[in-house]
Amino acid sequence: MKLNPDVEDLLRELAPQVLGLLVRRYGDFDACEDALQEALLAAATQWPSEGVPVNPKGWMITVASRRWTEQRRSESARYRREATVASTQLREAALPGSAADDTLTLLFLCCHPSLTTLPSQVTLTLRAVGGLNTAEIARALLLPKATVGQRISRAKQRIKVSGARFVMPSEVELPERLGAVLRVLYLIFNEGSTASSGPALHRVELTTEAIRLTRLLLDRLPEDGEVAGLLALMLLTDARQAARTRPDGSLVPLGEQDRSLWDARAIGEGVALITQTLATAPIGPYQVQAAIAAVHDEAASSEDTDWPQILRLYDLLRTIEPGPMVTLNRVVAVAMVHGPNVGLKELSGAETDPALAGHHRTSAVRAHLLDMAGDRETALTHYRRAARMTLSIPERRYLTSRARELTTGGAADHQIERGPQ
Amino acid sequence: MKYMILIHSNPASREAWERFSDAERGEGMGAYAALNEDLAESGELIVTEALAEASTGKRVTVQNGRTLTSDGPFAEAKEQLAGFYLVDCETIDRAIEIAARVPGVPPLEVEVRPVLSYGGTEM
Repeated sequence: MKLNPDVEDLLRELAPQVLGLLVRRYGDFDACEDALQEALLAAATQWPSEGVPVNPKGWMITVASRRWTEQRRSESARYRREATVASTQLREAALPGSAADDTLTLLFLCCHPSLTTLPSQVTLTLRAVGGLNTAEIARALLLPKATVGQRISRAKQRIKVSGARFVMPSEVELPERLGAVLRVLYLIFNEGSTASSGPALHRVELTTEAIRLTRLLLDRLPEDGEVAGLLALMLLTDARQAARTRPDGSLVPLGEQDRSLWDARAIGEGVALITQTLATAPIGPYQVQAAIAAVHDEAASSEDTDWPQILRLYDLLRTIEPGPMVTLNRVVAVAMVHGPNVGLKELSGAETDPALAGHHRTSAVRAHLLDMAGDRETALTHYRRAARMTLSIPERRYLTSRARELTTGGAADHQIERGPQ
Repeated sequence: MKYMILIHSNPASREAWERFSDAERGEGMGAYAALNEDLAESGELIVTEALAEASTGKRVTVQNGRTLTSDGPFAEAKEQLAGFYLVDCETIDRAIEIAARVPGVPPLEVEVRPVLSYGGTEM
């Protein structure tokens, strides 16, 4: 029973709306999610032969509600005990909101602190808010289906046991919960940016999903600078996706990407968004990262990149959200502005931080700067070291090929590696 | 990020296990069950298995297109892979925290190895 893609998209869009409505009506997140899954199954079974109903959402709500009631009746003793709890939750539920409000409440619920790990929050978000089924999530995250199924059912249980209610977090809870939501959305986005080795058959675009959900979030919280910053960062990063890998799967560094492949529309939107946000909202780390991405994306060519501006932005980022990767990226910016030798000095200073000392990216940056400075032999040593230590297969391939270029030093190999110009 | 937690046995640990009372073995199994339950609960567990003794396995090689086997273990192998956890957690420190809960260490030895991913950073 293969659904045509439009119907699949429709179901995915309706799923969180229906779930939100059910949870608001009945309270029990776990049981409502089960009922929704049964309704989705019914739709997938019946719609291909009977056609999509005139009111698909109403159909889903009717079927899911019926399932929920049937399940409750068969657990009548438990129902009597829990009916009191459910009716309390119903009384406490906010006035009926829009579908978008419900989806948002669901998003916040999926990042509830009772779910103590990011993997748990990410998986539940993809399921309940993204509307992805277990197989889709498993393919997207490169995990076994059993693991994903396990995670979802445990996460749902946790929510239930924690007594979390289907309401937006209170004013006190909101900042931290929002932080968790943004973290989850960014993680989903980054998972989606993974260069996968195999053919992406039926692989839901996580980047698209992350952007969609962040848009939804921004729509409800238009004043929040970090939400806007995250959306801008995603748009500006995703805009470069087509240029990031070659057909053979190897990585193309930012400085060498074919900018005609960049998505100009997405860049336009991202730049406009971050510009407006920086002018109005209190500054935050996602905004600064978005600003850096904007500076890169606005340059017509690699040579036109406004590196002094990027360096200023990394200086700013270092004060509001310091970290080893920020330090390293800043070192690269220093080198681009003041030359590789100044960059290398800066790097030596940075290495006093134990988080950086043995890190493979430190070796990679050192190699790159030495290469820039013309010390090919030492650069080679560090490229090799970085290649051995990196945990990313595409990165390892890239570093190995840089090393190989330095040994042969041949333009011929250079050409082979780069592919047709 | 995924990490492999590899559990290695050695003559000392194998001997110790032989000598355990039923109660002691039960305690060990209970500790594994609790760890597995916690990891399933947090969503960090991908898969965990205990391996049968190396002598029950086979060494495999291929020569001239023919598959040849001989009884395990590798000659002189004192250390054997006894089991593993494949976990998905945020940092290596967390993986180490998990590894530290594996019962019977020492004399069992535990190793944590990051798993290579297909994620690529933009260079």
